[in-house]
Amino acid sequence: MSQLPSHITGSGKKRPAHADRTPVYALVGNPNCGKSTLFNALTGLKQKVGNYPGVTVEKKIGETYSQHGKPIKIIDLPGAYSLAARSPDEAVTRDVLLGRRSDTPQPDRILCIVDATNLERNLYLVHQILDLGRPVILVVNMMDLAESSGLQLRVDRLEQALGIPVIACEAVNGKGLVELKLAMSRSDLPLARHSWDIPVAVAPAVAELQASLTDNDGRSPLVARAEALLLLTDFDTVRVAGSTPLSARTTDILATWQKHWEGEGTDWAGTLVGSRYAAITKLCVDIVQQTGATGPTTSDKIDAIVVHPLWGWVVFGGVMTLFFLSIFTFAQGPMEWIGDQTASLANWLKATMPEGDLRSLLTDGIIGGVGTIITFLPQILILYFFIGLLENTGYMARAAFIMDRLMSRVGLNGKSFIPLLSSYACAIPGIMATRTIEDPKDRLVTILVAPLMSCSARLPVYLLMIAALLPGTTMPVLTKVGIMLLMYALGTAGAFGFAWLFKRTLLKGRPPMMIMELPPYRLPGIKDVALHMFERAGLFLRKAGTVILGISIVLWFLTTYPKHPDATAAATEQIAYSFAGRAGHAIEPVIKPLGFDWRIGIGLITSFAAREVFVSSMGVIFGAESANDDTTTLRVALQKATWPGGAPVFTTLVCFTLMVYYVFAMQCMSTVAVVKRETNGWKWPLFQIGYMTGTAWLVCFVIYQTGRALGY
Amino acid sequence: MSASLKLSALALGVTARVKDFPKTGTTFVRLREMGLLPGTPITFIRAAPLGDPLEFKLRGYHLTLRREEAEQITIEA
Repeated sequence: MSQLPSHITGSGKKRPAHADRTPVYALVGNPNCGKSTLFNALTGLKQKVGNYPGVTVEKKIGETYSQHGKPIKIIDLPGAYSLAARSPDEAVTRDVLLGRRSDTPQPDRILCIVDATNLERNLYLVHQILDLGRPVILVVNMMDLAESSGLQLRVDRLEQALGIPVIACEAVNGKGLVELKLAMSRSDLPLARHSWDIPVAVAPAVAELQASLTDNDGRSPLVARAEALLLLTDFDTVRVAGSTPLSARTTDILATWQKHWEGEGTDWAGTLVGSRYAAITKLCVDIVQQTGATGPTTSDKIDAIVVHPLWGWVVFGGVMTLFFLSIFTFAQGPMEWIGDQTASLANWLKATMPEGDLRSLLTDGIIGGVGTIITFLPQILILYFFIGLLENTGYMARAAFIMDRLMSRVGLNGKSFIPLLSSYACAIPGIMATRTIEDPKDRLVTILVAPLMSCSARLPVYLLMIAALLPGTTMPVLTKVGIMLLMYALGTAGAFGFAWLFKRTLLKGRPPMMIMELPPYRLPGIKDVALHMFERAGLFLRKAGTVILGISIVLWFLTTYPKHPDATAAATEQIAYSFAGRAGHAIEPVIKPLGFDWRIGIGLITSFAAREVFVSSMGVIFGAESANDDTTTLRVALQKATWPGGAPVFTTLVCFTLMVYYVFAMQCMSTVAVVKRETNGWKWPLFQIGYMTGTAWLVCFVIYQTGRALGY
Repeated sequence: MSASLKLSALALGVTARVKDFPKTGTTFVRLREMGLLPGTPITFIRAAPLGDPLEFKLRGYHLTLRREEAEQITIEA
């Protein structure tokens, strides 16, 4: 009964012959086995990237052609160590393979890719997949690395033993791709001679669960058996997001067996995993031979320096410095260029279109609003590129390894480090980089606190406020730098403080763990990194674009309507008369305790588009609109601004408070849009706006009132 | 039965065999699926610069574990 009849072809579902529809392959493998490289090599640029509905897991579908020129569809499934899913990513992989996701076609064939340097662990997943009884092609990748570490792999023997096509491959340089394409083009694929003895201790439970899954959960017999084995490997697997709930009967059976075994002291999961590994070890005996010397590999030698107690920090510091230098130096030119282009587009429209609301909407609303965000695109692209490079080379895992200790103090693990660090430049790539964090709660906490890291859009605000800080005097440079550093420190402390708080209260999770593979170092595939960068950027533009466009239009509307009765009124008067101006007045009672007047209130409202908009809004409101970015004229104008009673608005204390406000407040529609996308709904972005802006208010209140009491 | 000690106490560069670890808990089920089973040879490579986590080598790949987790795994020479 524990033997799997090799003639059973797939599930009971009838599917049309391959001739009249495009065959669908699923590409599956462990993380770090070169899966993405193979996918890119097979499909080139013919890829579609999106999200699986309901979960924030990347869905990648590509197309390639068979030997005969017929199209083949390939779904690149998220990397997984096991089908007993532990993260949303792994749940997607499992559900697609089991044909449980209605939004994705069930793959006709499965392309398993394994890393030749650690075949046993990689074959574990393959072993589970073979349980499904579907046609499988096995790709043994990184043959070169295996060889250089003295491993000899007899791929032909593996093919004989399994009875399925096994292809030796080096995806990075395209070796083995032709053979793979040939195998993929075959109209018939043999099923694996896959048989292993389910341990006697658990066999009755497997049979009972299989029967129940077939009868009560509508699974086909083979899928039911595979699923029964997964459930017994880890009961928790059903609780992972995206899983369909089991029928009451199946749940009952599971609970009964669990209780029975617990009473008996049977280690059922261990027995099951152990017997799989035993089967794999038996399989590998004839296949893997250690021939050469087992001296340290190149990767080991690199690691001796990169994670060295002393040199490790030097390298780490160097990499991070390079990270930021590249963002700020390389992005500068393109950012200015885009700024100039959007400005000249707006000017061109102003020159060609008759004056009116439509022109205003296009130039001030859409080009002005969306343009501001687009200006940040070079920075975002460079960040993506750098993050991709770190992931691709294997340094990302080392950075997490080095920083884990520090991150664990606030209840996170090392994987949150790079996303938070990236957020110093821009929270958007940072938030999108959180996808490498498996634990959903850790990921959410990281997303929630990431925007507290002072991003580059806050810089113009900080600079303006520092310039306006001490009226009439020029401050020593050191003081300015000190204040700037203080703002960064404040944001960082806030991020870690809130991470600590959230992990203890709202998102109390399992004790954090740090089970992570340190993959061997690899030369980065520039093509893979570039592709990744454009995919991410495209996703950001497409998904966040609509929200950004919408908010831009709303903000434009608020500053344009109602029209000032005097058509020749200056911009300053118009904005004061508009909804935004009225809103500024309306919120004045709320922000007055912070020392802000209604005009600053307008700035707070309009800079929800992006923080740096505050500077241009102040320019319009205080009538100091200057063509260049020189803040001097604006500074002078700000210093002249007074409360109705004649007291200056921008006192040192107010300027300082305002900076602190921008440290904490959620003033970025792009981040809101990205958080909405990454958390699948409005709940968390709204919470984020609430807690961040609430904190900003509270902290500013304390600072301003204390400052006042001290006589500033 | 040979003397058993904790995985976290393994000396640098030394290889031992895994003896036992907790039967339940997501962490340990996952470790099993990643090939850390009783009898598996495991080598302690290094600790992170700050002393935690720890890096081990098993079945041809490198794995990190927090000290806390390594303390729950016993090994034998």
